[in-house]
Amino acid sequence: MATIEVIERSFYAKVLEATPEGERLRLCLECGNCSGICPFGYLMLYPPSRMIAMLRADRFDQLLETDTVWMCVSCYACTAACPSKVPLTPGLMASIKEELLLAGNVPDELQAALQNSQRYGNPQGESPRKRADWTLGIQPEVKLLAKVKQPVDVLWFVGDYASYHPRVQLATKALARVLNALGVDFGILGPEEWSDGDSQRLAGERGLFEVLAEKNGKAFGKYQFNRIITTDPHAYNAIKNEYPALGISYPVQHYTEFLAERMDQLKPLLKQEVKVKATYHDPCYLGRANGIFEQPRALLQAIPGMELVEMTHNHMNSLCCGGGGGGMWLDGFQWEKAHVRLSEWRVREAISAGAEFLAVACPYETPRFEDAAKTVQGAGELKVRDIAELLAESMGV
Amino acid sequence: MNIIVLAKLVPDLVEELTIDPGGAALDLTFARWIINEFDDHAIEQGILLKERGGGTVTVLVPDLDGADDVLFTAAAKGADRLIKLGGDFNGVNNHALARAFAAVVKELQADLILTGVQAHDDLDGSAGPLLAECLQMPYVGYVSGVSINDGKSLLRKEYPGGLLAEMEVTTPAVLGIQAAEQPPRYVAVSKVRQAMKTSSIEEQDASSLDPCGGPTVGRMFQPEAAAHATMIAGSPDEVADKLVDLFKELGVL
Ligand code: SF4
Ligand code: SF4
Repeated sequence: MATIEVIERSFYAKVLEATPEGERLRLCLECGNCSGICPFGYLMLYPPSRMIAMLRADRFDQLLETDTVWMCVSCYACTAACPSKVPLTPGLMASIKEELLLAGNVPDELQAALQNSQRYGNPQGESPRKRADWTLGIQPEVKLLAKVKQPVDVLWFVGDYASYHPRVQLATKALARVLNALGVDFGILGPEEWSDGDSQRLAGERGLFEVLAEKNGKAFGKYQFNRIITTDPHAYNAIKNEYPALGISYPVQHYTEFLAERMDQLKPLLKQEVKVKATYHDPCYLGRANGIFEQPRALLQAIPGMELVEMTHNHMNSLCCGGGGGGMWLDGFQWEKAHVRLSEWRVREAISAGAEFLAVACPYETPRFEDAAKTVQGAGELKVRDIAELLAESMGV
Repeated sequence: MNIIVLAKLVPDLVEELTIDPGGAALDLTFARWIINEFDDHAIEQGILLKERGGGTVTVLVPDLDGADDVLFTAAAKGADRLIKLGGDFNGVNNHALARAFAAVVKELQADLILTGVQAHDDLDGSAGPLLAECLQMPYVGYVSGVSINDGKSLLRKEYPGGLLAEMEVTTPAVLGIQAAEQPPRYVAVSKVRQAMKTSSIEEQDASSLDPCGGPTVGRMFQPEAAAHATMIAGSPDEVADKLVDLFKELGVL
């Protein structure tokens, strides 16, 4: 058996470029764990282990002819399950998507999101000038760094969906009120903020990711602050793990991490009971990819009256909502292939766990799970809430 | 086959449009420019023709903010020659644009000139027929497919009501593209960046910008709600309730 790098040098180089751990591709044992755990593996012509087998068999060209790679939602389940620690999600899967993208084999809906990200700095194609419009009515006013021209403690990287999506904006506003109540000195970039680019990268558009990262890096460089917090776990992942390689290095925390650190200050403010049975969905890029499992749970447990129950899949084993790695922009394509949504599986799990509330910590999730709850039988009463919203409710802000 | 594609930039409707204080034109000071959607199809059709039958594709764009991006993206798709037409194109009408394009195109010995069939800022007719007139060439608009056999161009033209016609046109000719045979392709940023390194943009100055023949705009204004329309205000729930009441009142429900 030939080694991978002999077979397809340029592809191997691409995997190496995507992640320094890329060379571990050679260590694949063909155990099949990755393909077995993949939520859409059964629909992929070449799930990860088969893809590696194809590379070893010198059949790279055949990989380029399939479109089922676009079922990959970059959920990190395969990567977490691999005994050889092959970086499958950021290495193999992102690189094969890049090859497909360069060959023009891209579903239309994804093209539109990439084009929008290029042009407007957000995948939804919203006006960049309106990126901070959600702040209207928040008191004390949310500081726009370009306007206040003074250092802040915290730069809040709000992100695409948190800035523009009407449902997610409710959670964004709740977080702003929570930060205000805690007296946090924070500011935002507003129109100077671009998409973090992480999902675009994992959908194979590395060049676009770099352009977006550079623009954000430039904006960061203009202002003085001590740390960055993000609403979005994808932004957190990008700024923490990917931006430093591009020379953009700042301490960064997800908002749940940041708030959990201030538990002593937060707890006395959580006065109102929220008497519900809630379950927490671990977002892939907070949990599996970055090991943040306990802080979001600690925040929920601090809310008086709240009972936290676990779903069958939790922590490292959490199920993806289906939005990552381009999934957010491939709903139609994936529906055609699967006739099922990953978010529906998750909502079913929340129901069987007996939860009345499904608590989330990622802007992709509120709309995805709320939509799913509309179609899953028996989920009509399930409420989907961002942790920030639950905290704000208990604080009465 | 020497294919020329003319693309113009139009104000991007993702940003709200504002009227110039004079009240007869758009205020373009802060406009964000975007390639006219139909022109993007014209570029795609040009590239498809080249891929199928060879030849060269030249793309011509007036110098407005974003022109370089449009040109390099076209190069990344396969365009061979990029020309940026210098001049003050802010708010210029299609008569002036067509004359300026014509002066450049005359020198290029085109076989086919492709351009979008229309644009949302066409106030004085679309650019294609005006250009054809300047060049004394035939024009076919609403084209959604082009094939070339033995130097003859066979076109598919769309008519309202779902009618399609196939017709032949003698070249050189100007075609107004309604839709390319496939949607404009996405090119990865890395390819565009590569094109920026390997291709260059030729700059040519527009000899003059003569708007004569176009209408004079008397007044430009935001659509005004007509008196007979009832605007229902309130939260989504309130609006829904009021709508249901209204439907009942009208006997629809
Ligand atoms: S990242 Fe998730 S969806 Fe993609 S191949 Fe791995 S397990 Fe499957
Ligand atoms: S889990 Fe790891 S070792 Fe096993 S087949 Fe997949 S890539 Fe290879």
